[in-house]
Amino acid sequence: MSNIPETGRTSRVTIRLIAIQVLVMSLLLTLGGRLWYLQIRNGDEYQKEAKGNHVQQVVEPAVRGSILDSRGVPIADNETRLVVSASRTELMKQDDEGEAVLERLAKVLGMEAKTVKQKVRLCDAKTPQPCWNGSPYQPIPVTDDAKPKQALQIRERSEDFPGITAEPEAVRRYAAPYGANTAQALGYLSPVTDEEIEKAKDTDSPFLPSDEIGRSGLERTYDSKLRGSSGVTRYEVDNLGRVMGEAESEKARPGSNLVTSIDSRVQAVAETQLDQAMKNARKEFDKNTGRNYKADAGAVVVMENKTGRVVSMASNPEYDPNAWVGGISGKEYAKLTGKDSNYPLLNRSIQGLSAPGSIFKVISTSAAVKAGYPFNGNYECSSDYKVGGQVFKNYESKGYGDIGLGRALEVSCDTVFYRLAHKEWKKDGGNMPKKGARDHFYKTAHQFGLGEKTGIDLPNEVSGRVPDREWKKNYWEANKDAWCKQAEDGGDNPSYAEKIAKENCVSGMKMRAGDSINYSIGQGDTLVTPIQMATIYGALGNGGTLYDPTLGKAVISPDGKTVNEIEPTSHGKLPLTKKTLGQMDKALQGVATRGSAAWRFGEAGWPQDKIKIRAKTGTAEVAGKQTTSWLATYTDDFTVVMTISQGGTGSGASGPAVRNIYDAMYGVGEDGGIDKKKALLPKPQAALPKISKDGTIVPQRDKRPADDGAKRRVAEPPAESPETRREAQAARHEGERQQRQRDGARQARTTLQIAGGERR
Amino acid sequence: MSTRTFALDGYGPRKRSAWNRLTARDSVVWRMDWIMLLSGTVLAVIGSLLVYSATRNRTELNQGDPQYFLVRHIISLIVGVALMGATVWLGHRRLRSAVPVLYGVTVLLALAVLTPLGATINGSRAWLNLGGGFTVQPAEFIKITVILGMAMLLAAKVDAGDREHPDHRTVLHALGMAALPIVIILAMPDLGSVMVLVMIVLAVLLASGASNRWVIGLCLAGALGAVLVWALGLLDEYQINRFAAFANPALDPAGVGYNTNQARIAIGSGGLTGKGLFEGTQTTGQFVPEQQTDFVFTVAGEELGFVGGGLILLLLGVLIWRACRIARESTSLYSTIVASGVIAWFAFQAFENIGMTLGIMPVAGLPLPFVSYGGTSMFAVWIAVGLLQSIRTQKPIAA
Repeated sequence: MSNIPETGRTSRVTIRLIAIQVLVMSLLLTLGGRLWYLQIRNGDEYQKEAKGNHVQQVVEPAVRGSILDSRGVPIADNETRLVVSASRTELMKQDDEGEAVLERLAKVLGMEAKTVKQKVRLCDAKTPQPCWNGSPYQPIPVTDDAKPKQALQIRERSEDFPGITAEPEAVRRYAAPYGANTAQALGYLSPVTDEEIEKAKDTDSPFLPSDEIGRSGLERTYDSKLRGSSGVTRYEVDNLGRVMGEAESEKARPGSNLVTSIDSRVQAVAETQLDQAMKNARKEFDKNTGRNYKADAGAVVVMENKTGRVVSMASNPEYDPNAWVGGISGKEYAKLTGKDSNYPLLNRSIQGLSAPGSIFKVISTSAAVKAGYPFNGNYECSSDYKVGGQVFKNYESKGYGDIGLGRALEVSCDTVFYRLAHKEWKKDGGNMPKKGARDHFYKTAHQFGLGEKTGIDLPNEVSGRVPDREWKKNYWEANKDAWCKQAEDGGDNPSYAEKIAKENCVSGMKMRAGDSINYSIGQGDTLVTPIQMATIYGALGNGGTLYDPTLGKAVISPDGKTVNEIEPTSHGKLPLTKKTLGQMDKALQGVATRGSAAWRFGEAGWPQDKIKIRAKTGTAEVAGKQTTSWLATYTDDFTVVMTISQGGTGSGASGPAVRNIYDAMYGVGEDGGIDKKKALLPKPQAALPKISKDGTIVPQRDKRPADDGAKRRVAEPPAESPETRREAQAARHEGERQQRQRDGARQARTTLQIAGGERR
Repeated sequence: MSTRTFALDGYGPRKRSAWNRLTARDSVVWRMDWIMLLSGTVLAVIGSLLVYSATRNRTELNQGDPQYFLVRHIISLIVGVALMGATVWLGHRRLRSAVPVLYGVTVLLALAVLTPLGATINGSRAWLNLGGGFTVQPAEFIKITVILGMAMLLAAKVDAGDREHPDHRTVLHALGMAALPIVIILAMPDLGSVMVLVMIVLAVLLASGASNRWVIGLCLAGALGAVLVWALGLLDEYQINRFAAFANPALDPAGVGYNTNQARIAIGSGGLTGKGLFEGTQTTGQFVPEQQTDFVFTVAGEELGFVGGGLILLLLGVLIWRACRIARESTSLYSTIVASGVIAWFAFQAFENIGMTLGIMPVAGLPLPFVSYGGTSMFAVWIAVGLLQSIRTQKPIAA
């Protein structure tokens, strides 16, 4: 056997042994390569997965801070309610995508199955409200007003309700103390969206899918302070979710409380008075249009002169801010935002625009003084003023002969200001404006803060406009194409609108004589907000400082230890000397005692000797609409500005309401006597509410029955029909009934919580 | 018989003390493959640590004693090493005569598993209950007896010098001898062991120098068998699912794919140097099932990283490389076949075990040689090492 080597093996076997060896080693090399691929190439990815695997987060939502009025009474706080929520992720796992469960749930809750299904569907471009706008991974509230019995049914039969929970949860409550709903100033909350979560991910205050954030009003401005931060407990868990240890955790920090300068009692009076004034206006016949006044919107601002702090801010139409709590229903949403809603979400105090009418004359007066016309000079107050072929009427006044600027303010003589404005216009070059025209009347308006936001601590304030040369030019640039086209369409036989269009097309960029004349009495293209006028009249009352209005007064940490007061800030000074200010002040006193507002104050039993009141009335023309009523007033401490759109004259429509607000604040009785005990706010509330040792803010509630002040002073319409009285009574009873219901629900809730505790 | 053999047995003319006999330059101990032994021992030490890490928190398994598995593992290891010593002491040649008996005993044990004496773990009736908490897995021993039995049959005529290669009849006998236990194990069903046994048979046939036709035929038969097993529905659902999850690991990560997915996360998250021994979150969190046995490699991957996992592969490589040397240097066909069978066993079992944790092989219940927890496997592996050592230490019979 020569071919058998020493080892006793054939070459075939040797070759095969080598083959086995190569094969075996290549297997091990394959493993090594794969190991490298997993651990080195893709290691990071797996590390992330491993982390997500073993760390579970339990989120504890932070309690949102309260919003309190200046006396510590909560106007927005939290209450525990029984919230029934549906988890979409759980529902989608079911064969019928939760259809059957939702139908059962609707039956238990006594709701329509369709409503429940709509509430849990996700919002997208094609889905109208109601729908869920928050994160799809977050339990979606179906109702926050479940009865304890319903909640128990859901809990007891949890196998029938997979994905449905019924838990007591803290939800926002807008308590409306004394009946003051303060809706637009407070704003509202709604669930955070996925985009917002994504956007805020790497910031200091990231959102949780369960978060609700402030969408308007104070809730939005102070959102970051009120929200606090959710607690996250990170547990290391094993494969069965058993907790093995706690990883880095953060405790929930409740939000800070916001003390505002709002006085809910005054707010309640202001709201009632505004509403009543509008109701009364609707009974007034408007001779110009031949129908009753519409009084479709109104606003009133009460502000401290020396700080700019807003004591009350009412906007009408109103709405109930509690409508947003726990998700808004489709019907409710349409009511608030639909075409026929008249947009109650708008805060007309800061978002309502209209021409100021004669309350603008304080600016024209200042401009005239700045232009060199002496305050006490003689100016002709004729019954009209003609320029070219055009006649400008003395609207609110009549001819008074030669009078000073002060008297012109008192009697609101338009023609005095027409003349001065026209003169200045001519000085500035008229139709061929000089370079560097002084434009006193426009510059002064800017110096008074018009055309700019006041900087109030509320979102979405509008800036209004001063129709100066620059604005005219920009406006013309933007519209000339449309105007010129319209003029062309008119051809040889143009209509009135087409004639106007032609004029605008040719010379719309120019400041015309009529523009300046109209402008001087607050008519025309000027647009202002009530809050702007309040800062101006406040400045007249405080010696000339234009304060940024504020509602927030102090942010107080939940433990009560850190109190961050919000100091008043200003955005300028009135361009007036002390002397002129004094003269103007005196003139405005005259308005209240013997001028256009005298029949509401000086001649109507107002104790002017004890409480000096200054006033200026305004009635602004709006093309195609009824006149806007304006009344701007101030005392040594407070400014009150009211406006009613399509409401009539300044003193006529707004007069009684403003008077009633002052009466309530100062305790002025019908006979003109002052009852200090009844005075709600004779002096500004300077001190912050008391903070008890545990950090809670002690509310200083009025012992008098709620609404008393407001009810007593409701401006009685000239002839109140029995129907309205019955209505008011019915509304009051309804309010009381709801209150009783709420109390009942709270008691029942406590019972459920105890029952739940026992079951566990 | 040579004088040395007598000396080993203690009957030599020159009487030496036991110590001298063990330490003498030409002694068995001196001639053993220490590199292989060292590799195996280091693997076993690493294995002990990994088993401890994987089990010290599993209170539902370790009966409240964190060292429960560690102690048992070390006892198994000691017994295993002792069995290796015994195997070397007996010598593979002396064992050769006992092969028919050993084969018979292991086949009977395997059959007993199918009787009510057997215990079912993870859907596989592969364990024999010995009472007192002890179980034994006959399939592990069958790997040895099939290697030895086939080697005995195939090498008989060649080692006697009658033939150059085994004839067809002998090959047929040998295959029949292997087929019986394979069928029994398939009935358990212990698919992993069947796969290893098929690889062993293939390697044994290759090493025996049997005709190429047999090798190719066996491969075809294996493929046909796999198709038949599938077509006839002999597999349980869980086994089919394992394959499905292998084909698509993203498939139902909470169900079928859970095991492989978690294993891959554990290993992948280890990175270069790992999270540190006892620091693995996947391991302490018990996300990987069967982590002390079939998935022990995931502990290494997670806690020791690429360095630790690579070291295990390296040690296995060294061990198998030494085994290959022994196969090549052995002087009889019998020992060549035995060594080759052991090589195929170790290599394929390691590949399948680690491969399934890395997601390149379907999941099959097999322990990682030297490393995994499990007494029977440990005994069988160390007996196999004993066989290799014995082949190396026993000089050829003087011609």
